[in-house]
Amino acid sequence: MIFLTRKAEFSSAHYYWVESWSQEENERVFGKCANRNGHGHNYTLEVTIAGEIDPISGFVVDLKAVKDILEAEVVSVYDHRHLNLEVPEFRTTIPTTENIAVAIWRRLDGKIPGAKLHRIRVYEMPDLFADYYGEP
Amino acid sequence: MKAYLSRRYHFSAAHRLHTELYDAARNQVVFGKCNNPHGHGHNYTVQVTFSGPIDPVTGMVVNLADLDAFARTNLLDRFDHTNLNLLDCFTTTVSTTENLSIEIHRIFAQFPLAHLEQVHVEETSNNSFDFAGSAAPALGRI
Repeated sequence: MIFLTRKAEFSSAHYYWVESWSQEENERVFGKCANRNGHGHNYTLEVTIAGEIDPISGFVVDLKAVKDILEAEVVSVYDHRHLNLEVPEFRTTIPTTENIAVAIWRRLDGKIPGAKLHRIRVYEMPDLFADYYGEP
Repeated sequence: MKAYLSRRYHFSAAHRLHTELYDAARNQVVFGKCNNPHGHGHNYTVQVTFSGPIDPVTGMVVNLADLDAFARTNLLDRFDHTNLNLLDCFTTTVSTTENLSIEIHRIFAQFPLAHLEQVHVEETSNNSFDFAGSAAPALGRI
């Protein structure tokens, strides 16, 4: 088993807000992230894939295919968009870094031919990232 | 769903690698320039990883405001712009980054709101150390 990681980047707006809470409660829990005008980040996505090396091609997976899948399933949907307002999975869940990692896992799981998704790592900024391994 | 959240903190501190259990010559042989008498310093980076279920309402494993406040009080206020050798935790052990990693793990293990998986400490961009406490890191974690 060998692990292969491909990066992609997207820049998006978001805010943190629970509809059933008061403004005061949202601001107490989420601080400046609760500003309804939104704010944004340059996100870095790292997708780690596990598989065996093909004895002929020497590949675990065709990286061009992975790049195209990331573009189609994630970057084209998230990049230069407002996550809360324009991405379906965040109409009902808050686009925290943790939830973005889970959402990207769901978008990619089973889509990469011949290899298994191992980890989704999402950097909101260089000093903050979330990992999801598909665990329940 | 179980997820992992990692946060990086930065502090700058002086230290000197030296032990009273060796004589001066032995200290110089073992620790080299790290044993120079007046000490030297580094910009340290600490990366802490916590795990837990994602709260279904807040979407969080841990609220960063809580973690940052804890780190400010228990890590940065204590270590930043200090001489590590003068701190209580290094009165009997050498202030290597290995020992620093163990001390930082001890500190963050006391954070009450999520489970500490491991700490990663970078002394320079070329040297880093990982410590997961008595438990070995879970298999398959990379």
